[in-house]
Amino acid sequence: MRVMIMGCGRVGAALATMLDRESHEVVILDLDAGQFRRLPSDFHGASVVGNGIDQDVLKRAGIERVDAFAAVTQGDNRNFMAAQIARHIFNVPKVVCRIYDPIREELYHSMGLETISPTTVISRLLKDALER
Amino acid sequence: MYIIVVGGGKVGFHLAKALVAEGHEILVLERDSKKCEAIADELGSVVVHGDGCEAATLADAGAARADVMVAVTGDDEDNLVVCQVAKLKFNVPRTIARINNPKNELIFRKLGIGETVSSTQVIMERIQSELPSHPLLHLLDLRQYGLELVDIKLTRGSASVGKRLRDLKLPASSVVPLIISKRQGVLVPNGDTVLEDEDEVVAVTRTETEDALRAQFTGS
Repeated sequence: MRVMIMGCGRVGAALATMLDRESHEVVILDLDAGQFRRLPSDFHGASVVGNGIDQDVLKRAGIERVDAFAAVTQGDNRNFMAAQIARHIFNVPKVVCRIYDPIREELYHSMGLETISPTTVISRLLKDALER
Repeated sequence: MYIIVVGGGKVGFHLAKALVAEGHEILVLERDSKKCEAIADELGSVVVHGDGCEAATLADAGAARADVMVAVTGDDEDNLVVCQVAKLKFNVPRTIARINNPKNELIFRKLGIGETVSSTQVIMERIQSELPSHPLLHLLDLRQYGLELVDIKLTRGSASVGKRLRDLKLPASSVVPLIISKRQGVLVPNGDTVLEDEDEVVAVTRTETEDALRAQFTGS
């Protein structure tokens, strides 16, 4: 599978590393080249410096050929806009975006995108752990 | 009209001021409390501190009864989300988004937000029109119909000077409705009209043939 990941923070880098180890073809984008230091030295994928809500950057990074797109930057709205561009403009078959704010997540979800809210997921896990 | 303005920066503030003066009911939503205070000092209680991207904030602001939602923050992603939420959640009849990166205009349109104002584009066009060296000027964006209205200034070296209009190989679907001639004044040309140095040619063409049209007139 060819996967594009927007945002090379802790989550983006860890996701890229996992997929790369499973022999998927990974392209990771970030505005800041310094963020790519999070990737392991044996990372086989491509890293591209640029803004993931810029059509031209996405094209240059090869979005037209990917099977899946994950938006995991710090900005909820940026993730949501990038996810919509991937879905509606480049017709990427599988698109997932991270949304911190649970209220916004619900809304975006109702607008037809696959979303994951770490706030909801982690607080649920923490509650379970505390009650165990 | 009830108009909600999201973003209380320079654009939001002056827009709100002008709309209040016109007698509209205005509410400005701004995330930064300092900016909120400054707006309240000047315009009174027309500002609410909050994130206009959040549905809860918009609900409190009365988005459901708003006639117009204007998103003028400095971030295109925020402006997109504000307008989408207003449209889809609150059925606001008109949404207008400010676009900072001119490239995003097409994206906004494809994602359902057709009414946009690109401040960068407006300023660029204004400056370009002041530059005499720029031979081809966009007058009006008819891009949604695949057309461009352009203004071409001829100079002595332009390839078309001295030729009749009919002798130019204009791209298909291109028309020249108007020539502003230094010597003859404003005229509606026909095929026999001879182009002259310093003529200003107003033409309509298809977006994709703009360069070919330019080449015919200026030879560059």
